[in-house]
Amino acid sequence: MSARPFAIAVAFVALATLPHWMPGIYYVNVASQILFYAVFALGLNVLVGYAGLVSLGHAGLFGVTAYAAGYMLQLGFGHPLAILAALVIGVASMAIYAALSLRSTGIGFIMITLALGEILWGLAYRWISLTGGDNGLSVKTRPEPFGFSLSDANTFYYATLVIFLLSLAAAMVFVRSPLGAALMGTRDQPRRMNALGYHVWAIRFCACLFSGLLTAVSGILFVYYTQFISPQTLALTSSAEVLLMVISGGAGTLLGPIVGAGLVVVVKTVVSGFIERWNFLLGAIFVAIVILMPEGLVPGTARLWRLAWRKREPGPGAIKGGAGAKP
Amino acid sequence: MNFWLVLTVNSITFGGLLFLLSAGFSLIFGLMRIPNLTHGSLFMLGAYIGATFVIGILGVKMNFWLAAVLATLSVALLGALAERMLLRRLPGDQLAQVLVTLGLSFMAADFCLMVWGGDPLSVTTPPELAGFARFGALVFPNYRLAIIVIAFVVAVGLWLLLDRTRLGAMIRAGVDDPDMARVVGIRVSQLFTIVFALGAGLAAFAGIIGGPILSVYPGLDQDMLPLALVVVILGGTGSLLGSFVGSIIVGFIYNFGQALLPELAYFVLFFPMLLVLLLRPQGLFGRHVP
Repeated sequence: MSARPFAIAVAFVALATLPHWMPGIYYVNVASQILFYAVFALGLNVLVGYAGLVSLGHAGLFGVTAYAAGYMLQLGFGHPLAILAALVIGVASMAIYAALSLRSTGIGFIMITLALGEILWGLAYRWISLTGGDNGLSVKTRPEPFGFSLSDANTFYYATLVIFLLSLAAAMVFVRSPLGAALMGTRDQPRRMNALGYHVWAIRFCACLFSGLLTAVSGILFVYYTQFISPQTLALTSSAEVLLMVISGGAGTLLGPIVGAGLVVVVKTVVSGFIERWNFLLGAIFVAIVILMPEGLVPGTARLWRLAWRKREPGPGAIKGGAGAKP
Repeated sequence: MNFWLVLTVNSITFGGLLFLLSAGFSLIFGLMRIPNLTHGSLFMLGAYIGATFVIGILGVKMNFWLAAVLATLSVALLGALAERMLLRRLPGDQLAQVLVTLGLSFMAADFCLMVWGGDPLSVTTPPELAGFARFGALVFPNYRLAIIVIAFVVAVGLWLLLDRTRLGAMIRAGVDDPDMARVVGIRVSQLFTIVFALGAGLAAFAGIIGGPILSVYPGLDQDMLPLALVVVILGGTGSLLGSFVGSIIVGFIYNFGQALLPELAYFVLFFPMLLVLLLRPQGLFGRHVP
């Protein structure tokens, strides 16, 4: 039995039994956070890693979805309708983002998404009659799918786990599909892809929509987890945080964003209990990773591992992720 | 009538501050091709360091202008160090450079919170400018008028530097065509350090000069960085005239937007930027598309 399926089986069993071996409810909640942030990071990774488009406005999409769900619930709609509306609004916002920002790549794409994210943040912060401004919106109840009440931490964890696994599977299928292959083609050689007859813009647009869908899913999980949403969720810091998850773990890999989400959430929640300056630490990790291990922790560790075992396989030792790819 | 005039003067004052902030941002962007996401942090650092000198450190209270100069120099040094030690390691990799500046901005924000705490510091207006100027029925604080003068003087100084000196010619050459500039013997990487230090110093100077109006508080960086970004995108990168016109436009949009459409103030601010990005990506006076 090779190492890979074994490791996957161990990880699956560990995740499935997590509430039984974690020391307390607090840690189960941290695990839930890691899982829905991992879905968010997987969504951003579709763009950063596979399309070579770095977005600094994804927290805006995440927040819009969360606000949409919260607002629908406040208007008195039921959970299924609120979730559906939030998903539609999230993906529609991504479509608008994409239509505006796909006119450029590289730094131009970063700046347009940054501007769009700031617009959404500004609206959430200032459009007080709709969003409650700094006071935010709170969500009173969590849904009860099939009679399981998600207000219990363990049940919420399992629901998040199921959605996480579905999202991971969807990302895997997407990346390995012909569309995914074409997307990586547009990342590495947009002109050649164009010459070969691929519609580069349409391929990127599809990738954006898929990224938006995963982001919207994680936004809904977030708003049900915290039962509260405020403009802070849409701020540039939040966009930077999720980008850090993708890049630190390894852009352009499926495992990377999950590891990155784990790292950031653990630093943010657990370590901040011991060290007060977690934001400083996050920034330092960011700088260190970009300078010392630009391909991210997962490919970087894999490279070190291969070096250590002297199994120098032919081909690229370090996977060049989207972060380093030239537009 | 009165209301509009006061709003106009406030807009020009704020535009002047924005010019001090964004001129360096624009030069860095034009030369190094990256939006320097630490620019808001440099503004805030300058404001904090200057405020500390004014309030008094180790029992020594400083004159406002001396404090401003010291804050400017120390932040310029910090900027040069950051460029030399970090950005320099990622030559040509613009995305990685942007990400490093983003990480640094997190660190700077938390550093300021650690050193100066969460309460806002207020900077007293220098006593020689504390009064008011009267124009008939209208009253303006002298300090706001002084900011307009200072911004104007700095603008002229920068223009002379860029347009009339050898260094300025080298910077302009680097902005227009870095490869060709290298070929003719200009050490472009050295220019990076100089321009980065210059931009950092200008941002810090804006921070301390703006202190008496804006006060100094955590989150100031997050408030100023998007404004600098809007200015530079409107005006165009690497163009001094562009930053100047962009600053005045943004000063007006910001103040009038806050006064007339408070709920949509940020939307009103960012929407023109989006339009320019879509319709004229090089900005109003820009030299090249970012």
